[in-house]
Amino acid sequence: MSAAPAYSEDKGGSAGPGEAEYGHDPASGGIFSSDYKRHDDLKEMLDTNKDSLKLEAMKRIVAMIARGKNASDLFPAVVKNVACKNIEVKKLVYVYLVRYAEEQQDLALLSISTFQRGLKDPNQLIRASALRVLSSIRVPIIVPIMMLAIKEAASDMSPYVRKTAAHAIPKLYSLDSDQKDQLIEVIEKLLADKTTLVAGSVVMAFEEVCPERIDLIHKNYRKLCNLLIDVEEWGQVVIISMLTRYARTQFLSPTQNESLLEENPEKAFYGSEEDEAKGPGSEEAAAAALPTRKPYVMDPDHRLLLRNTKPLLQSRSAAVVMAVAQLYFHLAPKAEVGVIAKALVRLLRSHSEVQYVVLQNVATMSIKRRGMFEPYLKSFYIRSTDPTQIKILKLEVLTNLANETNIPTVLREFQTYIRSMDKDFVAATIQAIGRCATNIGRVRDTCLNGLVQLLSNRDELVVAESVVVIKKLLQMQPAQHGEIIKHLAKLTDNIQVPMARASILWLIGEYCEHVPRIAPDVLRKMAKSFTAEEDIVKLQVINLAAKLYLTNSKQTKLLTQYVLSLAKYDQNYDIRDRARFTRQLIVPSEQGGALSRHAKKLFLAPKPAPVLESSFKDRDHFQLGSLSHLLNAKATGYQELPDWPEEAPDPSVRNVEVPEWTKCSNREKRKEKEKPFYSDSEGESGPTESADSDPESESESDSKSSSESGSGESSSESDNEDQDEDEEKGRSSESEQSEEEGEKKKMKKRKKVPEGQREGSSSDEGSDSSSSSSESEMTSDTEEEQVEPASWRKKTPPSGKSAPAAKEISLLDLEDFTPPSVQPLSPPTVVSTSLAADLEGLTLTDSPLVPSLLSPVSGAGRQELLHRVAGEGLAVDYTFSRQPFSGDPHMVSVHIHFSNSSDTPIKGLHVGTPKLPAGISIQEFPEIESLSPGESTTAIMGINFCDSTQAANFQLCTQTRQFYVSIQPPVGELMAPVFMSENEFKKEQAVEESLKVFE
Amino acid sequence: MIHSLFLINSSGDIFLEKHWKSVVSRSVCDYFFEAQERATEAENVPPVIPTPHHYLLSVYRHKIFFVAVIQTEVPPLFVIEFLHRVVDTFQDYFGVCSEPVIKDNVVVVYEVLEEMLDNGFPLATESNILKELIKPPTILRTVVNTITGSTNVGDQLPTGQLSVVPWRRTGVKYTNNEAYFDVVEEIDAIIDKSGSTITAEIQGVIDACVKLTGMPDLTLSFMNPRLLDDVSFHPCVRFKRWESERILSFIPPDGNFRLLSYHVSAQNLVAIPVYVKHNISFRDSTSLGRFEITVGPKQTMGKTIEGVIVTSQMPKGVLNMSLSPSQGTHTFDPVTKMLSWDVGKINPQKLPSLKGTVSLQAGASRPDENPTINLQFKIQQLAISGLNPPLFAKEDWP
Repeated sequence: MSAAPAYSEDKGGSAGPGEAEYGHDPASGGIFSSDYKRHDDLKEMLDTNKDSLKLEAMKRIVAMIARGKNASDLFPAVVKNVACKNIEVKKLVYVYLVRYAEEQQDLALLSISTFQRGLKDPNQLIRASALRVLSSIRVPIIVPIMMLAIKEAASDMSPYVRKTAAHAIPKLYSLDSDQKDQLIEVIEKLLADKTTLVAGSVVMAFEEVCPERIDLIHKNYRKLCNLLIDVEEWGQVVIISMLTRYARTQFLSPTQNESLLEENPEKAFYGSEEDEAKGPGSEEAAAAALPTRKPYVMDPDHRLLLRNTKPLLQSRSAAVVMAVAQLYFHLAPKAEVGVIAKALVRLLRSHSEVQYVVLQNVATMSIKRRGMFEPYLKSFYIRSTDPTQIKILKLEVLTNLANETNIPTVLREFQTYIRSMDKDFVAATIQAIGRCATNIGRVRDTCLNGLVQLLSNRDELVVAESVVVIKKLLQMQPAQHGEIIKHLAKLTDNIQVPMARASILWLIGEYCEHVPRIAPDVLRKMAKSFTAEEDIVKLQVINLAAKLYLTNSKQTKLLTQYVLSLAKYDQNYDIRDRARFTRQLIVPSEQGGALSRHAKKLFLAPKPAPVLESSFKDRDHFQLGSLSHLLNAKATGYQELPDWPEEAPDPSVRNVEVPEWTKCSNREKRKEKEKPFYSDSEGESGPTESADSDPESESESDSKSSSESGSGESSSESDNEDQDEDEEKGRSSESEQSEEEGEKKKMKKRKKVPEGQREGSSSDEGSDSSSSSSESEMTSDTEEEQVEPASWRKKTPPSGKSAPAAKEISLLDLEDFTPPSVQPLSPPTVVSTSLAADLEGLTLTDSPLVPSLLSPVSGAGRQELLHRVAGEGLAVDYTFSRQPFSGDPHMVSVHIHFSNSSDTPIKGLHVGTPKLPAGISIQEFPEIESLSPGESTTAIMGINFCDSTQAANFQLCTQTRQFYVSIQPPVGELMAPVFMSENEFKKEQAVEESLKVFE
Repeated sequence: MIHSLFLINSSGDIFLEKHWKSVVSRSVCDYFFEAQERATEAENVPPVIPTPHHYLLSVYRHKIFFVAVIQTEVPPLFVIEFLHRVVDTFQDYFGVCSEPVIKDNVVVVYEVLEEMLDNGFPLATESNILKELIKPPTILRTVVNTITGSTNVGDQLPTGQLSVVPWRRTGVKYTNNEAYFDVVEEIDAIIDKSGSTITAEIQGVIDACVKLTGMPDLTLSFMNPRLLDDVSFHPCVRFKRWESERILSFIPPDGNFRLLSYHVSAQNLVAIPVYVKHNISFRDSTSLGRFEITVGPKQTMGKTIEGVIVTSQMPKGVLNMSLSPSQGTHTFDPVTKMLSWDVGKINPQKLPSLKGTVSLQAGASRPDENPTINLQFKIQQLAISGLNPPLFAKEDWP
């Protein structure tokens, strides 16, 4: 194998951009060399039908590619082998294709049919890899083929193929951004996927293609939260950062009431949240508490996110830990952010690159939340083996963390650092000392003394840096430090660093009245050496001369004129300018410039002391952990972290419609039912604790609290459950893959729950609620469904508006409604608020004030729309669900309840042409295909009554008949509860529009 | 996300490149070389370098820079973590990760990289899966391959990627089933010149080598799990079980892996098992200085201290050192001013010491900084934190 003589070939024939000039690599040679002959060789080898020769040739070609050599002229020879039987040859051909197809598009098309065949293969892995290569070859002509392939793969049976489809989406998007709309459809579909394998990849595709379509996430939010822990690490990072942005748009700021907390500090830590946790369900308590307590209630979904991400702080991947840390920093209430400190400190023992990134983020955080890292102060101590960039970042953090109490230790550390051999680091240390001195008044003098001592250091850099810092410190309290200024003046003889000289001159000029005898002398010396000085020093000499001239013109008049004349002929125009300007100002000319009278005011005006602050001060407007934050500049494609919304957006958008879903619901329900009586004891568990508790321990605590009022066995029971749950977690992804599995689990659940029920009923207070739930236990699935929504709805109300709303509604109830018909099985199911699995995550403790807006369904009762006689067996009732209608905020959502009491199936139920008064509009429910005898179902529709009580008339059509029906809303149903203080109310009252609503 | 990867050796040659999207010209690395020059030392090259159209994120390991090129916003740790994972994978594959080894196995490296990322997004990063896709080269396999013409690429399709435990390959079979766990603890301490400990912390890892048939589900518990202050796990460990019961429950990957790493924070309790007596002085008048250090054991609980290595960075003014050790060997590099002394075992009866004189640059003033001394040592069979080895390891597998 000869050493490459023929790079000229590479250069001549290369189509690769910018490749050619790098052709020469001394390390190359041996078998990787290439010339015409060798390429012929390779071609021959590829043309044989011996696999081993082909393989050898392909290996050499790939090696060429890896070294950045051009192998594009082999394309025709290689592409022929795309259908080769040998799997390794095939793989290498794929590698080659992906690299060069872009350059040789026409030839690349020859290979497409092979992949298309692969897409139909019965083996999922072959399907996946065919799609992967097909989507990687970047040939615009095949965009339609890719689109088709992606769409098909997105509904493939195998989750692995679906994952590959998700990967292919951004590839296609980068090739042809016109496909965006179609791709978004695919993304939407894949987002609904329930497997962990797909989740990470599709969110990544989402972030690249349509990060602005946050509305696509709503329905999948809870699912993503719950899957998170089982997604692979890379996916976790992407999902977490996306969810951070999502949460910022959908939830209210948990810190908005912080000022309130600070007013009563003794409560600050737990008190506030405790209130929150107290008495879920008991509306009066909440309502009574309202005037004194903060109205903020964390949305249960918000809590779900925080809780489900927390265990990931223990991930081995630094990226995941950082992602969770930034999520907590941006989303968690102040009291809970602390948990991330420990994990971040742990990352400091990782590779230095990781440290670098983490320290940057810690530096930013430590400005905002100093207390968080204070316990870990020592972890930021500098090791002699750290690279300089790490040392400087650690110094930054130490400075941010320094406070009245720990400053002595910090300063002692700094003293050691000053003796380091790393000069950049020493300079940074001196600046850090300066910053400590400005921030903490108590140690200012100590610091200043220390710095003055450094002035006798033999290292010029140290001295220079000290001078600069001393200058800044002196500016804060110049009066007491005449001595130091004198000392500095002496240094002008020795110090050569321009910045330091300039600083000294400025100091002397500024405070010349403190050193009246020395100042002129310094000027004399400087005048002598003026021509040899650096520009920055010259400018300060001019300044000094001007100031002295104004204060002590007798001694310095001539000197000043001398300096100004020197400056007049300086090479630098800045200096000439300054000299001219200064002369005009201070030397009164005949014309008597008006300004020169004020020269003293101009030059010797008191100047504010400089503020020494961290360079990380305002970095937190970038999302932490992002590239943009690290660079402190917006990177391409950076998604701004939105501000918290003022008003919470509609939380019901996250409700998921899964009527057939019953898994896990029993346990949920049980919790729900028990709530009223254990709530008090639960109130004691602080916010952090509830955040700690995962679904299992949650249920554990639930059952514990219930056991307080009766049986003591419940803990053992919950243990069982724990284990069960664990097992499940470990294999949860598995379970999601097949329906049957889910079914099995349902069975498991059902077996288990009655146990808990028995216990529940042993406790007195709980008896009726739990017995009712255990009753439903026995009943069929469908009935269960009907019960659940009631409880589910209780949990997911719009949070911010809750408590006062409760009052309002109960009042309205009295006025406008017939007494509620108590019908436990009544409420319609359609908006069963979420996957039960999602609910698994919800903490009840966080939604105490919440259950208010929800009472409605049972309370409002049903109105008849169509009697079963009139409807020929079809009976239709309706209720106002009092939930915001997800499609349009102006619409009132109405649940329509159909039941078929005839003995033939009713088909094609839908809304016919409505005849509506002006302004009223209807959002119809989706057509109900068929309703078999004895069955009943529920649909949801939205009506915009346009603030009138006029009836909405429309036709209800079946395949055979049409019924005219009308819905007339009671006034109360047209109102949305709004929380406002008395003042706000008065303000609103003044506004005409609002009056209209309140009429 | 990750657009391209360049491998650059310490002399500045790009010896491997891989592109996952369209090709990025090598000339982008010029920005990196610029930064490298500015940084003087390899460790000081900033991990993130912005250029007009790209961002370069690099890690430096085994004297190789792994430079990733990215174009859009992405969490930097994401990329850095991935690059480290690449290095770990190479190490896993070839035993060492060095320039010659990568060059020798360039095709395997290229194939592995191809599998690890798809369009710049990580696809298969678990070594168990990768090894199923592309078999690591062994001497035996190389011989067999040359004779039979078979290949390194797995001939069956990998199934691990599809399984619920993506870290473990399926169908593992061993005749001898065995599992080993190594507890490795490191003390990291800063001690000031008077000998008092400024900070000390213990970090530990449990490395495992598990060779078990099928899908074993293991449980591991500690005598005193409360000691572990801060833990991070391999993804196979079930978080919840640890949270609630302090028991490690996991389905292990096949082969070697790091089960968990932990941190013991009890700062005051850390007893440093060695001490160093030092007497280093430079005199102004002569250009000579005295240098003497002695290393001795304390509180070792009867264990011997082994593998002691003392290194110290001398000030710039030091020209040369003439030293004589009582045991071991020492070297002084006059260019980097690095003194290193390989002591070996410490014999408590006869403490090792290093004595001699330091010659300073004539005319230069006395260096005013004190050299820092780094000391490394090993103690076998001792967990300094007092973490007891696992009480029991229960295995149940079908």
